[in-house]
Amino acid sequence: MDSIEPKILQPEGAAPLEKADPAMYPPDEAVAAPAEIFEEPLVTTQEEERISIASNWTLVWWRFRKNVLAVISTVILLFLAIVVFIPDFFATMDPEETNARLAFIPVQRIHWLDEGQLKPWVPSVVGKRDPVTLAMKWTTDETQKTYIQFFGSGWSYSVLGIFDSNIHLVSAVEKEQADQDLAAQIFLLGTDRLGRDQWSRLAFATQISMTIGMISVIVSVVLGLLLGGISGYFGGWIDNIIQRLIELLQSLPTIPIWLALTAALPRTWSPEKVFFAITIILALRGWTTLGREVRGRFLSLREEDFVLAAELGGASQARIIVKHMIPTFTSHIIATSTLAIPVMIVTETSLSFLGLGMRPPAISWGVMLQEAQNIQTLALAPWLLFPGLIVIVAVLAFNLVGDGLRDAADPYSH
Amino acid sequence: MSDGMQPLEPKAVAAAKSPLLEVRHLKKYFPIYKGVLRKLVNQVRAVDDVSLFVREGETLGLVGESGCGKTTVSRCILRAIDPTSGEILFREADDRVTDLAALDRREMRRFRPQMQMIFQDPFGSLNPRMTIFEIVSEPLYVNGMRSKTEREDHVAELLRLVGLRTEYMARYPHAFSGGQRQRIGIARALALNPRLVVADEPVSALDVSVQAQVLNLMLDLQQKLNLTYLFVAHDLSVVKHISDRVCVMYVGKLVEMATTEELFQAPRHPYTAALMMAVPRPDPSSRDIIQDLPGEVASPANPPSGCYFHPRCQFATEVCRTQTPELREISPDHFVSCHRAEELHLAGIKVNKETQI
Amino acid sequence: MVTQTYPLIKPTNDSTREPLLRVEDLKAYFFMDEGIVRAVDGVSFDVMPGKVVGIVGESGCGKSVTMKAILQILEAGAKIVNGKVTLRSRVHHGDPNSAEELIELTHLHPNSRQMRRIRGAEIALIPQEPMAAFSPVHTVGNQIMETILLHQDVSKKEARQIAVDVFHAVGISMPEQRIDSYSWQLSGGLRQRAIIAMALSCNPRLLIADEPTTAIDVTTQAQILKLLRKLQEERQTSIIFITHDLGVIAQMADEVVVMYLGMVMEKGSAMKIFKNAQHPYTQALLRSIPSVQSHPRVKLPTIAGSIAHPFNRPKGCPFHPRCTHFMRGVCDAAQPHLVEVDEDHFVSCFLYSEADGTKKTMRTEADPAKEESL
Repeated sequence: MDSIEPKILQPEGAAPLEKADPAMYPPDEAVAAPAEIFEEPLVTTQEEERISIASNWTLVWWRFRKNVLAVISTVILLFLAIVVFIPDFFATMDPEETNARLAFIPVQRIHWLDEGQLKPWVPSVVGKRDPVTLAMKWTTDETQKTYIQFFGSGWSYSVLGIFDSNIHLVSAVEKEQADQDLAAQIFLLGTDRLGRDQWSRLAFATQISMTIGMISVIVSVVLGLLLGGISGYFGGWIDNIIQRLIELLQSLPTIPIWLALTAALPRTWSPEKVFFAITIILALRGWTTLGREVRGRFLSLREEDFVLAAELGGASQARIIVKHMIPTFTSHIIATSTLAIPVMIVTETSLSFLGLGMRPPAISWGVMLQEAQNIQTLALAPWLLFPGLIVIVAVLAFNLVGDGLRDAADPYSH
Repeated sequence: MSDGMQPLEPKAVAAAKSPLLEVRHLKKYFPIYKGVLRKLVNQVRAVDDVSLFVREGETLGLVGESGCGKTTVSRCILRAIDPTSGEILFREADDRVTDLAALDRREMRRFRPQMQMIFQDPFGSLNPRMTIFEIVSEPLYVNGMRSKTEREDHVAELLRLVGLRTEYMARYPHAFSGGQRQRIGIARALALNPRLVVADEPVSALDVSVQAQVLNLMLDLQQKLNLTYLFVAHDLSVVKHISDRVCVMYVGKLVEMATTEELFQAPRHPYTAALMMAVPRPDPSSRDIIQDLPGEVASPANPPSGCYFHPRCQFATEVCRTQTPELREISPDHFVSCHRAEELHLAGIKVNKETQI
Repeated sequence: MVTQTYPLIKPTNDSTREPLLRVEDLKAYFFMDEGIVRAVDGVSFDVMPGKVVGIVGESGCGKSVTMKAILQILEAGAKIVNGKVTLRSRVHHGDPNSAEELIELTHLHPNSRQMRRIRGAEIALIPQEPMAAFSPVHTVGNQIMETILLHQDVSKKEARQIAVDVFHAVGISMPEQRIDSYSWQLSGGLRQRAIIAMALSCNPRLLIADEPTTAIDVTTQAQILKLLRKLQEERQTSIIFITHDLGVIAQMADEVVVMYLGMVMEKGSAMKIFKNAQHPYTQALLRSIPSVQSHPRVKLPTIAGSIAHPFNRPKGCPFHPRCTHFMRGVCDAAQPHLVEVDEDHFVSCFLYSEADGTKKTMRTEADPAKEESL
């Protein structure tokens, strides 16, 4: 290292420093003295060494993991993410298979022990028609045990289109006697009006609802970054137009607009088309908040000394944006986006609940909750409210993670 | 582009050192808009016709109270902001003189390596998301040094030069104290081997016991690397400590420019004298010497008529109220903008023999 | 509530020798997730009536925390863990002829009625940021009158007159008009004067000025310092003046307390501290500051290194890693105690004291350079 010539440090032909009038200055040896080197002792402890070389993301993680609620919520969200990617793995049967004879079966409780051994089973349900009301009455028959197995095989499905699998989280152990038509079926969360299995439907609803939330937020982030960035970076009349556009979008009454837009979707559209139309409708307003935030960050970052330093060092505009500005607010953008997802989820759920969002045969949390719209159903089959609980858990988890990220996002504030 | 550098060049010492930088009639007005239609209602005259020059290898101190425009002058010189009017003449190593004020951003990039800046805030001036190596080597990288080992060698050299361990390269700024961060900022400023370094209050955010370290370092580096400093500060004692010559600004105007010794011992502008008398000295026996200046600093958005200082000046006469004084050289290398500079005999500060090292 | 009422001590000439405020072995710690920060660790000093005590130190030295501990306005997470703060308070606040009582401030609840009455009426604070100290939605006069009405038994009209009088006293011209302006209508210097007026409005006997001139320019600073000195002489108010600026301290203080990382390094009269400093830290600090009276472009002697982070304050004397007189096995082993090296001149350094806290006897003259060779 010492042999390296300080090439750029020695100016060519540098003359020794001369004063215009040496008499006016005190003896110069003080100035001419060699540089003092303030070699402070190297920090000794490993802990400090670890902190000194910790990058921004490491510091964010260190602060985030202190937040217990946020960490628990992260685990919940990771689980929901797995459901999103492979709902078939969780489903016990085809979510769309109807069987009028099996309507309104209540929740089956899993028994873990069988005669002192770990052998999970569910009691069979026995339906009896009430002779007066003609309504089916379901009772459990504890003597009829349907044994269940974990990671057993069933119908085959594709995992992310990459490979096929036929492993399922839960399935009933097939019995020899085929005369019992309920034997091979389990209804962990009961069935609905048409005898469809809620557990399996919930797995697919989670996939649709979460995906709508995420995709509309991703579209919002792209729009927000792009328009907010243009607005903040270029300023002037472009900024003016984009800001007025944001104000216009934010001043629109949301519910009627959503109602109008979703109602305008042709009834003949396929569920996939409706799905994308809804994400776009949600994102169209969702980007405005983010766009404002990005613009604000750009404006304040432009004033930062380190940005000016990079510019004075000769860095191009593109480099300043990519290397200095965007990394500085990435963590904030992630936190804000995480907080935006639950809003999207709730909006989609509300729209579908009102029959204006996703429509059957598509399954979403809102579509499922539609089943629980009347008080009679609620009184007879309260388990149909279960998707509501999942919505609450998912929204809370997103909010807690978002809050945790936001608090951890700027580790330098302390 | 330019016709030499005659007007401000002092007659007696003209030949001694050529100016590296000369600022002529620099103006920077910030518009104040009002209403939806953004109608121009007023202008803040942050810098109002300032002329100064910096000789090669010297330190020019630029001192004044807050809002006097000293920071705006320095940012205009670096073209971090665009001046409203005026010339910024910069002499390159081959004696070519260019008016930086006339360049656009693209053309300006060629001059960036030659003039660098040391910032006031040791926290805001280093990107917290980059390591010390990334921070110090960025100017090298963007100016074409692509080899990482070459950059590492240079950064190590620069860190040693400013008195930091080369082992610190992998660390992030949050591991350093204010004084160390300021050294890192200095290393970055020196990376491109600049000829002019603009230091904007480089020690005012530091603890008293650390300020002297940074000032000494700057003196050392100037000597070693033949640097030219424009040193902007509000603290007269710091400016006196590091400068060969000093400019005093008041409400966007340059009121006096002279060699440090002369300015402090024999100020010719009443504001300079009052400013020096107001500095509290670390000496309990000097209590009666400290004098205050009545009134408050005028607003650059609404400056007084004539000489901007006249409402607070005990020597003000009718001419001061009506006519704006021009900056003129009243003795060799001593410039002042006061109508009565010749007749006034103002008290300066005697050098305290005890404090002499 | 531990408030002893002493048998009438009339404020006679005699009582001027009794301290108005005595701080003894004050310790205030911050309890945080990452650990304990000993922000103030055993600080003692007296404030005599009519005197100005300057507390000077760099960042992290604990000067502001000391001030907050005295006023009992520490932020959440900080606690006084030890020490006494004894105030010689007037029984009738604001009445110059009132009988006096000794009040142990650390025993009062921070939000108790008595503590709140003491703040403002007996001890008033001049904060650093005059803009933040006034509410922008009320006139300056109304805010001062509110303070007066809170602490004194006067009518609204009288309160207004008092406010006008203090405005006049702090040199604000046209006080009757200015009193009805809002803080944002006043210039920086006027705002600082208005804050001083507010602090003085209830005739406190002790003012705590926390960096009152740090945010203002040098010419305005000179005005404010002059004003404070004039008021202090006229009213015989005691002042605790907190600053990092040695120049300001030299101009203002009668007594100086030099702090470093939560501890008192040296204390004594301003003359002794500035002309005959004994502690290596004070000596080095005084040598390292540039002065308008020194020669330009001369390298200053510096203090090596930087101030340790309060989380890992060095063992023993907190200054030892930067000290040129560092004695291995002594300075890094135990904390030195304050010893009296001269009349009313205390130094906390092993150059002057033995490990058991007694004064070194073999010293004949205070020259640390000679001591080092021993």
